[in-house]
Amino acid sequence: MVMDSADKAIVNRLQQGFPICDSPFRRVAEELGLTESDLLARVQAMLDEGVLSRFGPMYHAEQMGGALTLAALKVPEPRFDEVAEIVNAFPEVAHNYARNHSLNMWFVLATENPEQISAVIGQIEAATGLTVYNMPKISEYYVGLQLEA
Amino acid sequence: MIEAVDQHLISAVQAGLPIAARPYAVIGERLGLSEQEVIERLARLRAQGLIKRWGVVVKHRQLGYRANAMIVMDVPDDRVGDVGALLSQQACVNLCYQRPRQGEVWPYNLYCMIHGKSREVVLEQWAELRHACALTAYGYEVLFSRRCFKQRGALYSLRAESSKSAQSVTGQAQPGQAVFEMHSG
Repeated sequence: MVMDSADKAIVNRLQQGFPICDSPFRRVAEELGLTESDLLARVQAMLDEGVLSRFGPMYHAEQMGGALTLAALKVPEPRFDEVAEIVNAFPEVAHNYARNHSLNMWFVLATENPEQISAVIGQIEAATGLTVYNMPKISEYYVGLQLEA
Repeated sequence: MIEAVDQHLISAVQAGLPIAARPYAVIGERLGLSEQEVIERLARLRAQGLIKRWGVVVKHRQLGYRANAMIVMDVPDDRVGDVGALLSQQACVNLCYQRPRQGEVWPYNLYCMIHGKSREVVLEQWAELRHACALTAYGYEVLFSRRCFKQRGALYSLRAESSKSAQSVTGQAQPGQAVFEMHSG
């Protein structure tokens, strides 16, 4: 889909939050100089077209009782696809990226509780024979707008 | 411990907010709550920090962001908070975290993500950022993603009356969806 300037303004505005009030779309539409019905139609179209994959709250994993971490592996290149398959088979692995470094596989683990992080890391080490480098966040610095459309 | 009503509310908006003029009234109808009660409860969850952010999940590739760099820096521990705070305010920085070093293997303690339209653009942005934020004294590496093998959000469904407050349900999210902010890319 071709996004026009109004669509881009909507994406940029919505990344900065959404009002919790009785007519939230009307309030955002007024800020952007659109009508409420135009805004609703455009948001729906961007969801239908896949520009936006979701519109709703992001929960705080740790405050919900869950745990997250970023972890990395040094995978010998000939074993890369085999190890990727093993790692991706773990349901706790949320994202997995190949990156250009000797630490060449980077994945995010999401578990029900903090204790399970070390358990899953142990299982991945046993299944791959490789050391998992665990890099849980110490601090997060808040970023407002994530991606400018 | 999250109240049972709030747990139902969190589950009800898990998949996303209804695209309707009165979205909180729609949710309330599903749960047998008034629109006002939904608004008050969601506002409280946000104030408490359980809802971290209320917004959209953008598929960055759909917006033309094809290069994804994880930039890692070795910043003295007594400076890392200031540098992280400064970097997170820069327009091109998408995420910024402090993480532990791993001895000799990995001396880096500050991470930021830059999504750009191309690798060249990202490297230019990073070069400008290093000078603008006075980072030139610090060691760094730029790790571009070569492949994304798996990208889904962790969806959490909540069990009422349980000692554990959250239970992960896996494999239900669409590619590119992230219910929690936990991007590695």
